Amino acid sequence: MFFGTIIYALFNTAILAITALGFNLTFGISGIANFSYGAMYILAAYVSWMLVHLLGLPFWLSVFVSIAITMVLGALIYRFVLLRVRGQVLSEVIATFGIGLGTLELFQYLGFVGFEYTLPVFIDDSFMIGDTVVDWQRLLITIVAGMLVAGLWVFTHHTRLGLAFRGIAQDESTALTLGIDSDLMGMLSVSMGCGLAALASLLIIPLGSISPSEGYDVLIKALAVCIIGGLGSTGGLIVASFIVGFAERFTDAYVGSQWTMIVSLAAILIVLVVKPSGLFGRQKELAERI
Amino acid sequence: MERRLERIDRGIKARASGVFALSSWREMLYLSAPRLIPALGFLLLPLVLDNYWQKVLLSMAVFALLAISWDILAQTGMISLGQGLFFGLGAYCSGILNHSLGLHPLLAVPVAAILGGVISTVVLLPVLRLRGVYFSMVTLIIPLMLIRIIEATKIFGGTEGLSGIAPLPSKWVELYFILSVLLAALFGFRRMLSSDYGLVLKAIKDNDLSVINAGINIYWYKAQALFIAGSLGALCGAFMTHVYMFVGMPVFALDYSILPIAAAVVGGPGTLAGATLGAAILVPLSEILRGIGGLRIVFYGYFLVVFIVVLPEGIFHYIERKYHQFDRWVEVE
Repeated sequence: MFFGTIIYALFNTAILAITALGFNLTFGISGIANFSYGAMYILAAYVSWMLVHLLGLPFWLSVFVSIAITMVLGALIYRFVLLRVRGQVLSEVIATFGIGLGTLELFQYLGFVGFEYTLPVFIDDSFMIGDTVVDWQRLLITIVAGMLVAGLWVFTHHTRLGLAFRGIAQDESTALTLGIDSDLMGMLSVSMGCGLAALASLLIIPLGSISPSEGYDVLIKALAVCIIGGLGSTGGLIVASFIVGFAERFTDAYVGSQWTMIVSLAAILIVLVVKPSGLFGRQKELAERI
Repeated sequence: MERRLERIDRGIKARASGVFALSSWREMLYLSAPRLIPALGFLLLPLVLDNYWQKVLLSMAVFALLAISWDILAQTGMISLGQGLFFGLGAYCSGILNHSLGLHPLLAVPVAAILGGVISTVVLLPVLRLRGVYFSMVTLIIPLMLIRIIEATKIFGGTEGLSGIAPLPSKWVELYFILSVLLAALFGFRRMLSSDYGLVLKAIKDNDLSVINAGINIYWYKAQALFIAGSLGALCGAFMTHVYMFVGMPVFALDYSILPIAAAVVGGPGTLAGATLGAAILVPLSEILRGIGGLRIVFYGYFLVVFIVVLPEGIFHYIERKYHQFDRWVEVE
């Protein structure tokens, strides 16, 4: 029981980390809090479902297509909406929130709810560790999450584009003088954030079924992890995933499943009281949060 | 040939707003009409409308109040995405006061408003230190989490809610109560925001560091603004509890969070009149569009985006400008 809980807590950590990664990336680079993140997550799953069931595409192909579609959509949202309200926090928040809400409720209205809306798992098999059943899909999520974190670190520290991203994040006007186009970087950051949301969704959704209400949960989870870890900090994100992931799984196992969401809320409030900038939030701490 | 838009104050504005001795009925009307029309309109409308549209007017007043409460918070630099929190807290307070203690509705509503304001201020107190988008994130999360808590702990009737709550004495009391609250809030808080006290609140939004520099404790002022907005939102919730004679988890629903924001943004943030105007446009509109059912929230969501991008100043500021100024195209030399 205890050992099994630990294994599933680790999986939960990976799921949380991969869910929050895209949100964190967008915010870390361009300072845009993308409240349509949950909608992008759900959208990618539905696009993939439609490609498989209506057009008859193989699943692996639909994965690439739906990630591409989500990324293009993210870029379009930046180009036509966010670019015009850039720098006004109120407008950015309301605009992305409006897009997310509209999209999720549209799916709800169109009746895309039910058990037939599922995606296939990549590897349909499981094995035993001790007396705990472990399925390959969760293992795959953990591996991909690890690879993504490592890959993003390499990307932001050792490629031209990644360094440009960090330049914009540190000081936008200085980066501009060095010839880094901040609008282009902003567009790419939103687009990549949406792409990561799509990737996370296509990995995680096969464990359950697609439903629009999941979109709000994903957004809340991503926000919870990012707030606890400190927005824009990847290390903080991983630590926060561990904290929330273990806390959730252990309350689930020993207290009751209906209490899991409350644990995240309590964690957020405690962290905010003790350390308002999050556990590892250093970036622009004084100016942005106080 | 290049042209630019030139805006010039109307003569009557220059005369009526600068000189305090008004010289004609026309100038007096110019100044008082924008204030008299909504006031008289809200007081007379219930007499001419039929039963159904009276209900619409009632919910319009509630959403206008919620939008005003949102606008007061936004003026202080706190962008709330969870007006549902205030609404829900007020609804539950009033429901419990009436259900368990048997308080009369007309007493329960104001008590619940104060109580809801206090509770929401205490709940959000640790979050007050956060600015901008961080504050929005937390306010978005809290009402959604509260639903889960009520679900999990089964307190206050759990998923069933509390029913059998006493209604207000009559529909006229209902209507005129909420309309007079709306008018009082609209004109009272507008006056408050233009006083020195309101100036401090607005300064916190514009540049909180310099407000700190001036030796003012911004967290104390933010807590006060939060209490004002929270009480106003809680009042709406408490009132609606007695109208529906029921309180349950739907009070934390997204409707109560998104519609006030939509109303304030469409009407024009910054002036409470804009929030009221927005609600007066959106609520009847959504009644007319009742046929589309669930598509309503979709419509609000995208409507918000269009307005933020195309007319960020809102309808009220646009009308206000047209009222005070005329514009013409002139050639650029």
